[in-house]
Amino acid sequence: MKKFIQKLGLDEYIITILFGLVLFVSKLTGLSFASKVGSNFWLFFTEMITFLPFMFLLIGIIDVWFPKDKVERHIGQESGIKGIFWVIILAMLQAGPLYGAFPVAYLLWKKGCSIRNIFIYLGAFSTLKIPMLTFEIGFLGLKFSLLRTIFTLPVFILIGYIMDKFLINKRFEVKQPGDIKVG
Amino acid sequence: MKILLSLTFIALILSFFADRKKTVSGIKKGFKMFLGILPMILNLLILVSIFLFLVPQETLIKLLGKGSGITGMLIAAILGSISLIPGFIAFPLASILLKSGVAYGVIAVFITTLMMVGILTLPLESKYFGMKTALMRNGFSFIGAIIIGLLIGWCM
Repeated sequence: MKKFIQKLGLDEYIITILFGLVLFVSKLTGLSFASKVGSNFWLFFTEMITFLPFMFLLIGIIDVWFPKDKVERHIGQESGIKGIFWVIILAMLQAGPLYGAFPVAYLLWKKGCSIRNIFIYLGAFSTLKIPMLTFEIGFLGLKFSLLRTIFTLPVFILIGYIMDKFLINKRFEVKQPGDIKVG
Repeated sequence: MKILLSLTFIALILSFFADRKKTVSGIKKGFKMFLGILPMILNLLILVSIFLFLVPQETLIKLLGKGSGITGMLIAAILGSISLIPGFIAFPLASILLKSGVAYGVIAVFITTLMMVGILTLPLESKYFGMKTALMRNGFSFIGAIIIGLLIGWCM
């Protein structure tokens, strides 16, 4: 049975299938659970399924058009406000969870990025990635997204400055976990 | 939502005229991402449907609604710091919570801590930066998230 489900490529949908079965059985036996949870689910599902594909289309298009490599060339060379600007732009073009940013932070460090800009990169990466902003605007509205961006920007730039202040004379370095094992 | 849909169409049309090949690969990429995330979205919707059935709306509003103040934000901050939810799941979740009566400021704290603070990834982060630095970054981000939430709650 398990192999059969995997063969159909349905193993990722196992919870959904079980949920459907439970709903079906409880509907037959007339439990209130079925109608309440079922209608909740259906409401959310129809809402998501109508625009999620469009959002991913937009994200896909953005992804192929934004020149990541052109931005990368600026990193490490520019300092001051310009340096902050490029590091934020680079971060905004990425995708994925925060722990995916740590290896990039290591590469930036190797390229001569300052401590301040490393942490600004982490802040921008976690909060201002374009695919995430697309989702945020779609689900929570433009006003919310704009306000959150405006308030978040100074917060993580400030965190970058504070981290810099704390770490500048403390022999700080960014390591690659592989290095630690070897050393 | 309408803005986004029109933006998608404009981007698609512009992209199509500029470079067909690139556009097709973009559409494929987007569609692949969508299929990859779909089971997770379904699981989330199931969990939330059951959760909202078990927890009465009044309780949710009392704990995380507009009147919940700093307590609501702290609850959201702790939940956001310990969970590992990808953004593609977090925003749909946030919009459902919002419609169920959770305040904008609380949502902002939840989203921000979710993105900037990672208790579960602390061991990994400390391998790159050292434990003290990782704790500092997470601590400052936690405080920052609360400030952002307060400002958003005050504005919306």
